[in-house]
Amino acid sequence: MSDFVRQIRDFFVSIRLTVVLLIMSIILVFAATLAQVELGLWGVQQKYFHSFFVMQEIPHTGITVPAFPGGYLIGGLLLINLLAAHIYRFKLEWRKSGIQLTHTGLILLLVGELLTGLLAEESLMRIDEGQTKHYSESYRQYELALLDLTNPSYNEVVAIPETVLAETGTIQHPQLPFKVTIKDYFPNASLQRRAQAPGTPAARATAGIGPSIAVLPLPLNAKESEGNLPATFVELAGTEGSLGTWLASPALSQPQTVVYQGHTWEITLRLRRYYQTHTVKLLNFTHEKYAGTDIPKNFASRIQLTTDNQSEDREVLIYMNNPLRYAGLTYYQAGFENNDRTSILQVVRNPNWILPYIACLMMGLGLLLQFGIHLVNFSRKRAAT
Amino acid sequence: MKKYLPFIVLFLGAAFVFKTLRVPEPPAGSFNLTGFGRLPVLVNGRIKPLDTVARTSLLAMQGRQRVGTPEISQAFVQSPIEWLTDVLFAPNKADTYPVFKIESNEVLDVVGLSAADTKIQYDSSAKRFMAVLGFLPSSKSRFSFNQLQPKLAEIERQAQLAESVEPAIRTPFQKQIAHLREVVVLYQRLKHSLQLPDSPSFLTEVTTFQNALPAGVAAVRARQKGEAHDEPAFKAMLEMARRYEIMENFAYLLAIPPADNEPSLTAWSNAGQALLETFATGSVNPTVMAYATLGHTWRSGQPAQFNEIVQLYRTQLTKRFTTPLEKSDLETRFNAAEPFYSSMTLYAYAFLLAIFSWLKWPEALGRSAYYLVLIAFTLTTAGILTRMWLEGRPPVTNLYSSALFVGWGSVGLCLILEKIYRNAIGSVAAGMIGFATLLIAHHLSLTGDTLEMMRAVLDSNFWLATHVVVVTAGYAATFLAGFLAIIYVVRGLFTKSLDTVTAEALTRMVYGIVCFATLFSLIGTVLGGIWADQSWGRFWGWDPKENGALIIVLWNAVILHCRWGGLVKQRGLMSLAIFGNIVTSWSWFGVNMLGVGLHSYGFMDSAFVWLVAFVSSQLVIIGLASLPLNLWRSFRSQTTAS
Repeated sequence: MSDFVRQIRDFFVSIRLTVVLLIMSIILVFAATLAQVELGLWGVQQKYFHSFFVMQEIPHTGITVPAFPGGYLIGGLLLINLLAAHIYRFKLEWRKSGIQLTHTGLILLLVGELLTGLLAEESLMRIDEGQTKHYSESYRQYELALLDLTNPSYNEVVAIPETVLAETGTIQHPQLPFKVTIKDYFPNASLQRRAQAPGTPAARATAGIGPSIAVLPLPLNAKESEGNLPATFVELAGTEGSLGTWLASPALSQPQTVVYQGHTWEITLRLRRYYQTHTVKLLNFTHEKYAGTDIPKNFASRIQLTTDNQSEDREVLIYMNNPLRYAGLTYYQAGFENNDRTSILQVVRNPNWILPYIACLMMGLGLLLQFGIHLVNFSRKRAAT
Repeated sequence: MKKYLPFIVLFLGAAFVFKTLRVPEPPAGSFNLTGFGRLPVLVNGRIKPLDTVARTSLLAMQGRQRVGTPEISQAFVQSPIEWLTDVLFAPNKADTYPVFKIESNEVLDVVGLSAADTKIQYDSSAKRFMAVLGFLPSSKSRFSFNQLQPKLAEIERQAQLAESVEPAIRTPFQKQIAHLREVVVLYQRLKHSLQLPDSPSFLTEVTTFQNALPAGVAAVRARQKGEAHDEPAFKAMLEMARRYEIMENFAYLLAIPPADNEPSLTAWSNAGQALLETFATGSVNPTVMAYATLGHTWRSGQPAQFNEIVQLYRTQLTKRFTTPLEKSDLETRFNAAEPFYSSMTLYAYAFLLAIFSWLKWPEALGRSAYYLVLIAFTLTTAGILTRMWLEGRPPVTNLYSSALFVGWGSVGLCLILEKIYRNAIGSVAAGMIGFATLLIAHHLSLTGDTLEMMRAVLDSNFWLATHVVVVTAGYAATFLAGFLAIIYVVRGLFTKSLDTVTAEALTRMVYGIVCFATLFSLIGTVLGGIWADQSWGRFWGWDPKENGALIIVLWNAVILHCRWGGLVKQRGLMSLAIFGNIVTSWSWFGVNMLGVGLHSYGFMDSAFVWLVAFVSSQLVIIGLASLPLNLWRSFRSQTTAS
């Protein structure tokens, strides 16, 4: 083995590397916790944990430089370090079994968190009492939906995700009789009536409510509490030329429609929807408080769960610490609004949810075993002296 | 003497504890205020004795339970419950008690109190001399309702201005004026709880109301039908309704138990609501009547009648409220015994005895200290168990109970260490941590009732019993390792007492406790993740409290890996363990100050200062630990000896 390879091996199996990486992860977590005050939870996760480097702007220059290794880099190196050290030093020994079990659990936990980050999908279902819903909505991703309203019993939907909108350009979809051109897209913008905002550039929209509205682009908000409202200009063009340019934004409450070849289409920019093969009907929502106070005691949603193929049709009670797991989804009681008449359910698809449980069990048992062995040895030694 | 010392200490400690548990019998012919204080009411969602209401109100208003001024050595009232009885039944008298604490000069200006109002006129020249020296306060910080009354409107206006600002970024003035308004409202609401404070005799008023009711109701009905009616009777009814609506809106205590046909045992109402129901039922609620009579007998000095009514009302309650009564009896007893306060004293003595055992009589003094720790530990255990039974919850439910539990857990581990090693190190650490955590708990209790209701998402005894308890035990162990390391540094550096055997024993202790801490903090954190997965759908969310726990796990892992990798020896291990104190204190308290610490150093200003002071002190000790070996008295003597 060449010296160089040996050096690399020694570097990756060394316990010093472990200690350095652990200390770096402590610094990362600490800095991220402090940054939450400014950035909010989601912003912090993106900047510190779901990244290879924490990018920091040099004040007053606008230049961002990597300031510290991010979560993926530290986590990845720890994983390599852990695997390398175990492969290199592995010996089947009773004395070390606890440590090995713990570290295997840790590997599973790290891998599991990575998989969760990649695979898990979180969305919200906002549902009024008596309402039935087929879908949940994303927290912050939007989509441009084109709905064919012609058939009264169902709507045909073509949805264009935010990432595609951001690239702008022209889209031709087999279900659409027209071409869609995204002329511009603002991830966050405020809308004002043109009459109240004099001096803004000329309107780019030519149809719908757009011509009377001015669009003022805003910087992105990282804080979860202050969400972003995007806006986009969309031009539809049929075989005989442009049908017009529309302004679409979730801030516009009035539906905008266009009639083309005998079909009525609605154009709307809305939170991304996740459709399910079952429906949820909110039968009632209860919000209990402790006697004589406003301290919440429990929130509960009684729902009717019905599958599209009618194989299941039953009542379920979802309340705090008691979610519904169904069809790979988990429904949690997340909140309420509208004077206790609307329930907010969080809907999570996490195919990987069982892995942390296994990892935790292994780590707990491993440590217990290891320290148990220590303790037995210790008391034996004391008994001997 | 030396031989019997441990038993003498044991006996004295036990006697001290028994004294606090004894309930003094009220002298014959006096008001049975203890009995009155045991009567249950529903406040903040929990049925609790009036005694607790009295104590927590006083703590919130003025940071202590005694009602008095520095000028007069005699307190205004003998007990918190006597103060509450005056507030409820003799408000004119209560209005003169100085129970509103104002420390800020800016707030004093708003309230219109000048230097002349706050200056203390001591009655003896000795006291005046002590005040000059600074041993006694020279200005008052507690004021009576009568002193505030002229400026109530201004306090209200200023508080509204302050409350338009987000709590985290309020200035100290804004915080204090908002708090003052809050406690003034609390006081006013207490006064409206069982009677109307402006009523010269509420019993007479209610009796008159009862007697006038048939005629009054007839008059109201007649008027509604447009018939001829008794106009004065109608007006009297209207006036009564107006007055009782005020009570309904203001009353703080839900003092009236649910009617016999009401299935829910928590559907208590306040006296105003009960009086308004009289219009429908035709007769005044007997509990309202009982309390009105209690008020009358209290003001007119008729203890025999007072005591009899308390007894009758209790008997009435036993029919449906056996368990709540048992609980409020025990809680009153618990309040009076103050077990955590006694334990604090015992821990302090144990600490001193254990320290002295290193200088002289190691066997006798060490054993004495061990016994005291044992008594204090038993007492805190009993206290925590009592709280658990009262609340029907696992031991840790809020920051206050976490302080109790961290202390309890650390002391428990210390007792095990002491049992194994018998070198008084466990007792010193136990005395230090036991005292410190109970002191922290005492300061955390100043905000009000520490037995709070659990918010919906936390309302899970299973997870409170597993995740919260285990993670708190992890905190306790990490702290203990840090304090043991401090003992190592202080003894090694400043005394000659750290011989090789002791140093090695301490190293093994610290290592063992760090192992324990790793196990508990890891399992606790992971259980928290599982709870989060069960209730929010995510195992890990990078929430500040989760991050705090994670940092503790990571730090313990750093210590263990440094040790296993041979990167640190004895002193290095000690320094790392001491840094664990910083990590743990940050996770425990620093996280709660977040959003604060960065903006305004707001909520718990003083706590933030203490946190900074604690962190600095630990850094200093780490600095001391890294001094070269020839400056360590213990090691220098060894090298010269050898």
